[in-house]
Parts: sequence; C-alpha cells; structure tokens
Amino acid sequence: MCLGVPMRVVGIDGANIVAEIDGVRRAASLMILDEEVREGDYVIVHAGFAIARLDEAEAEETLRLMREAFSEADMG
Amino acid sequence: MNYMDEFRDREVVRGLAARIGELAAGRTRPLTFMEVCGTHTMAIYQYGLRSLLPPQVRLISGPGCPVCVTPNGYLDRAVALARLPGTTIATFGDMVRVPGSSSSLMEERARGAEIRVVYSPLDAVALAERQPERRVVFLGVGFETTAPAVAGSILAARERGLANYFVLAAHKTIPIPMEVLSADPELGIDGYLCPAHVSAVIGAGAYRRLAEERRVPCVVTGFEPADVMQGVAMLVRQAVAGESRVEIQYRRVVKPEGNPKAQAVLAEVFTPCDTAWRGIGVIPRSGLAIREEYASFDAEKAIPVEVETPREHPGCRCGEILRGKVSPFDCPLFATVCTPESPVGACMVSSEGTCAAAYKYGR
Ligand code: SF4
Repeated sequence: MCLGVPMRVVGIDGANIVAEIDGVRRAASLMILDEEVREGDYVIVHAGFAIARLDEAEAEETLRLMREAFSEADMG
Repeated sequence: MNYMDEFRDREVVRGLAARIGELAAGRTRPLTFMEVCGTHTMAIYQYGLRSLLPPQVRLISGPGCPVCVTPNGYLDRAVALARLPGTTIATFGDMVRVPGSSSSLMEERARGAEIRVVYSPLDAVALAERQPERRVVFLGVGFETTAPAVAGSILAARERGLANYFVLAAHKTIPIPMEVLSADPELGIDGYLCPAHVSAVIGAGAYRRLAEERRVPCVVTGFEPADVMQGVAMLVRQAVAGESRVEIQYRRVVKPEGNPKAQAVLAEVFTPCDTAWRGIGVIPRSGLAIREEYASFDAEKAIPVEVETPREHPGCRCGEILRGKVSPFDCPLFATVCTPESPVGACMVSSEGTCAAAYKYGR
C-alpha cells in the first residue's frame, strides 16, 4: 500500500502532472509535493499524488557506490 | 535509465552480499535487523535475499503492512457502513478481501453493497461529486505515505463544497511502534531497515531518537534488491563498529527533513491519537485522527452505525508475526487452511502481508 513507483513526468498542467512508467500513463496531483518538477524529471507517485522528486545525481552516486563495494568484494 | 532495472542488477546484488559477508565475518552473535515496511518484506521474499546473507545476519519482518496492523473492529465498521442504504465504500483494493469478525467487504458486495476499488482517494472524491445522492466513504488506511494523500482528498472535497464525502480513518505512524519493539529483549533488534516512502514524507530525522537515545542503528533503505542489500551492509557496518546513527541509503528520494509540504497537509487535517495495532495493542500517539475542524468528513463521527463486537480469528498468528516473533512457517494454518484464495488473517490477504509474501515467493 505504501508502494510508490518512480515515474517520468511527461506533462504538467497546473497542479497536476501526467507521469509514465513502462508505457502506462497516470495523472498525479502535485498538491503535496514541495519541489518544482519539469518534464523529463522522475517523481515517486503514490495513490495519485507525487510525494517526492527523484534526484538523478544521487541515483548515479548510489549506483557508483554499489559497484565500488562490488569490485572491492570481488578482489577480496 | 528508469531507476528500477539498475537497482535490480544481479551482479550488483551478489557483490553487495559478498560485502556483507566480509563485514560480518568473525561475528559470533548473530545480528537481527527488522524491516517495518511491507514493500521491503515483499522485496526480500521476491528476490530471495535471505538466502544471500551470511548466517550471522538475520532479517525479520515487523508491523509493516498497514492493512494487517488494522484490528478487526475497523473492518467491522466498514462492513456496517457498507450495509447502510445509499452508501458507497471506496477503498484501495487490498481491503476488499480482508476478513472482519464475521464478514468482509467482498461478501457485502456479493449481497449488493456498493464497494468501489479506487487508485487514489481523489477518485473517491470525484465519485462523490458524480453521485450527490449517495454518500461515499473512503477507507483511510495506511502509514505516513498515504495519510497526506487522504488529507489532500478531504481538502479537495471541502474546496468543492461536497457534503457527501467521508473518510473512515485508521492511519498509523511508524516511529513510535519501532521504539516499542526495539525495547523488547526477546526480539533483540540490532538495527532497522527504515521504510523508504514513509521516510520520503517524514524525513530520516524522524528516527533520530531511536538511533541516538535507544542506540538502535537506522538506515532508510530503498525497495529494490540492491537497495535492500546495501541497506543491510550499512547496518552491519554500524553494528560491528558499535555505532548507532541514522543513515540514508535511499538518497535519491529521501532527505533528512522529508517533505515539509506533505507534513503540513497531514497536520492540517490529522492530529496524533492513541491507536490499537493488531498484535501489539494500543500505542500512545501512534495513530492519526481527523481534527475537530474536519469532523463533518469523519465517517466515524458523522455516520452513526452499530458495529458488532470484534472477534479475532482463532489459530491465526498474525499478531505474533507483526511483532516479529514468529514467521509464517510457524503458523499451522499457513498454506493449508490459510491461502491467498481463502485467507484466514489479514497477513495473507494484503500483497504486503508477510504471509502473502511467504506464500507467493517463500516456499
Ligand atoms: S498463515 Fe494465515 S492464519 Fe497463519 S498467521 Fe498468516 S494470515 Fe494468520
């Protein structure tokens, strides 16, 4: 029920967005989001509301750290 | 990039598992970490993550499924409301099949009640607007991720001047129950995988007291398998080093302060209240009640109805499962009498329930 999925913003219309994942489109309200979003951004959508914007730089950094742990473990 | 596949990469997951093995090597006493979010429970079963962990690391599931922690009395009230003429129940799908004391919404639907499954509470508001002659009661169940959305629906209904939209609220907040469980010596929790999207709303700072005063390491962790493994690695590292801090593994979404706007919408409509958790009992200030100013939207206050005396299901061990004391495999009814097709307890119905996850992926 707390499921939220990262969806890409494909349209903005005032207080609402249209977001897409795997070809499925959904409308979502921006009523409880505290950040500006632009088309192309990723947001976490839960129960028809965007609850957070996904920070792509942080996502890349997390992946980098994960791979680093991986190669360390590999060598060790 | 779609920010899901990358975090499901098997190589990365295996690499992190090896890292956890290194970090835990030499530990004699095993480390016990609890996850308190149904989506973590599902991910752990679905990707078989337990089997990748060294024997020194044990993951247990806690009260992470909002439907499961909601006692039968709530469902009984929903059933009683569904039987009232001119009343539509709008709900997330999970609630429909949950057995109450003597009926379920599915059974009521078969008897002619109007039960609508909606994706968003705003769909329920739209339904009320389209059907002014009926009253629409939305079942507000869920943690801090869901509560702001439900609060938002009440604000939207007020803005549209609707007098036929109601919420039957049983929202719960997670940090205080985490403190209660961390004090249980029998569980011996060495750290928490803190929920991902609850934390997107309340912020990682919400676990500071748990980490700093109760000395329980906390790592806010994402839902993908590599996230969970990295979260576990971070917990092991803290535990081995004797630290207890709040760390954020899920940095791409969660900030220390959370989402202030969602918090403000939540606080506008809801106020903390004491509430009963299945299996744990009443925990002070761990629930959210609709504020007096919005009482006309509160189904419990605005629609008087007689509710049967709640009964729990004999034999069902949901209560102990939600406290992390036993696993579904310890329940004699698991996969015999109790299956997703004919569930005995809530933990088998909700997709986030521990029994449902164990049935689907764990056998
Ligand atoms: S398997 Fe069924 S009866 Fe047993 S604890 Fe889980 S939900 Fe209850």
